[in-house]
Amino acid sequence: MITTSAREQHASPRGRALLTWFAGSTTAGPLVALLVAIAVFALTTDTFFTVDNGSLIVQQVLVTGTLAIGQTLVILTAGIDLANAAIMVLGTLVIARLAGEGGVPALAALAVGIVLCTALGGVSGVLVTRLKLPPFIVTLGMLSVLTATSQLYASGQSFPVTSPLLTWLGERRYLFGQIELTVGMGVMVLLTAGIWFALTQTSWGRNVYAVGDDEEATRLSGVNTKRVILSVYLLAGFVYAIAAWQALGRIPNADPNAFQLGNLESITAVVIGGTSLFGGRGSIPGTILGALVVTVLANGLTQAGIDSLYQQVATGILVIVAVAVDRLVRGRAT
Amino acid sequence: MCLNKVRVRSTALVLAATCLAMTAACTSEKSGSGATSGDEIAIGLVTKTNSNPYFVALRESAQSESERRGVKLIALAGKFDGDNQGQVDAVNNLVAQNVKGILITPSSSQGVLGAIAAARAKGILVIALDTATDPADAVDATFATDNKAAGVAQGTYVRAALDSRTPNVLLLDGTPGSTVDDQRHRGFLEGFGLTEESPEIKGAAVTNGDQTKAQTAMENLLQRDPGVNAVYTINEPAAAGAAKALAARPDGEDVVVGSIDGSCTGVRNVKDGRFTATVMQFPEKMAQLGVAAVVEHAENGVKPSGFTDTGSQLITDKPVPGVPSKDTAWGLRNCWG
Repeated sequence: MITTSAREQHASPRGRALLTWFAGSTTAGPLVALLVAIAVFALTTDTFFTVDNGSLIVQQVLVTGTLAIGQTLVILTAGIDLANAAIMVLGTLVIARLAGEGGVPALAALAVGIVLCTALGGVSGVLVTRLKLPPFIVTLGMLSVLTATSQLYASGQSFPVTSPLLTWLGERRYLFGQIELTVGMGVMVLLTAGIWFALTQTSWGRNVYAVGDDEEATRLSGVNTKRVILSVYLLAGFVYAIAAWQALGRIPNADPNAFQLGNLESITAVVIGGTSLFGGRGSIPGTILGALVVTVLANGLTQAGIDSLYQQVATGILVIVAVAVDRLVRGRAT
Repeated sequence: MCLNKVRVRSTALVLAATCLAMTAACTSEKSGSGATSGDEIAIGLVTKTNSNPYFVALRESAQSESERRGVKLIALAGKFDGDNQGQVDAVNNLVAQNVKGILITPSSSQGVLGAIAAARAKGILVIALDTATDPADAVDATFATDNKAAGVAQGTYVRAALDSRTPNVLLLDGTPGSTVDDQRHRGFLEGFGLTEESPEIKGAAVTNGDQTKAQTAMENLLQRDPGVNAVYTINEPAAAGAAKALAARPDGEDVVVGSIDGSCTGVRNVKDGRFTATVMQFPEKMAQLGVAAVVEHAENGVKPSGFTDTGSQLITDKPVPGVPSKDTAWGLRNCWG
């Protein structure tokens, strides 16, 4: 681009390198936002910058963060998943009810939940690829169907969970006797690393980005794009099952009314994390950072004594700023 | 009003958008069908939702009372809490079915007034259950919990349970702008002897009556004020969330957590010591009174009027002198859901 080269001639080499890095890396924006937020709250409150609070923030990010990992996969293919939290909630209900009043062994109940969530992701995938319906419409329909299904299945009840396996991800461990960690954090790290590896180091991952960038061109280059997209929805469904397990670890009670805005919260994390809603651009670490930014804002603003409605205002502004900055930077530097 | 589903209101915006795409999905659900025939008395019931255990209990109670009295109940509901259009449609449908009376728990205290006026113009008795209309005299009578009094009971108990300790209070509110939220909140402060500006109030958060949100909010508030010893909660899911956050710091000071609702889950939580006390309301009584009033009016022409408080009862296993309460054994016999 002419404007870019003209600009670069004036910029110092270091500034140019920074600009290139900022533009090329989808994680730079959310990382800066996160560091700024942490710095502000650390300087303005006494209670924010502590080990305990750090642990708390990570615990609070697990469920939405996991949902957002699945959401990232779908959005990378230029799709969107409005049904992710609904799939997860149905998963928690089935697991908790089978293991509770159903008397099924916890491991079997968990396995059924994982298969169910994966299959439901697959249903969305089949509808998107075979019937060629827009993902927005498919998952909007799934959201409606699954929300009602959860209500019918639960018939107004919620289901407490007592099994050690099902609440295992909420179990606490202490590092150096000081730092509170939960098993769920370990699972989150493994999941993040695994999917990050698959996206960046395998041909499957390259195909996911390529499909999101330009499906038609990718198909013409010999890739079975339908199979790639279907695999993404199946994997996302599996990730939502892990989110269900995380949710039971955090609150050992499956509630059909929980996480009603989980879909939008996960999209918020993905967008703040620098993933483009048009597909083909974004990353899992960015999404984790995005989810952390939202959680840090809520946590920090609470400790700064600011009304919780302003936390929603701040999050909303951040979403708009994130997309605007993304546009601006890409428009100038690419 | 039960606030288990108040949080749904925000989702309503999302669902409203959904409805534009899927108009068929948003009709109210029916149980019972067909127009009434002959002299049989038919009563319509319109609840906020079909899924909330509170309204399920209310509906089931209305059903059994109707069977006992040999009248027919047509139970309809909005699709979600806040679904005013669904309730308006339901009222219109009931008018078309020539019911003698309509019992309604209005999702919107004002939005449903037009439909109610049309029904009353046809001589149908309309009674508000659980939640009053605005103005209250838009219906013939109201049978509901006095939410202010329920809040006062919670506040009085929590203050008394603190005994000589200096109060450090957190408020876990429901949804801003809701009438019931406001009544319970103000009632709690009054019962406790606080005002909005009292320095004893260390923080407040909006939870939408949702357990997950309440837990997160409580964790964050506790980070700022570890010395908290008293918590107001809008409903029992919020109290359960607060209790989970408190359980994560076992070495902390003993905290008095109060709540309102009286569901069986909530009473069991009080019994197990997760939170300290709850104020029970009686949806089943509202339904029984409502059905009885319609039958009485149809048979004898006696019209109910005004506000009838269906009562509330403080439930705790840690009674304090001067604050009347029942234990959880009584609570479990009388709980709903």
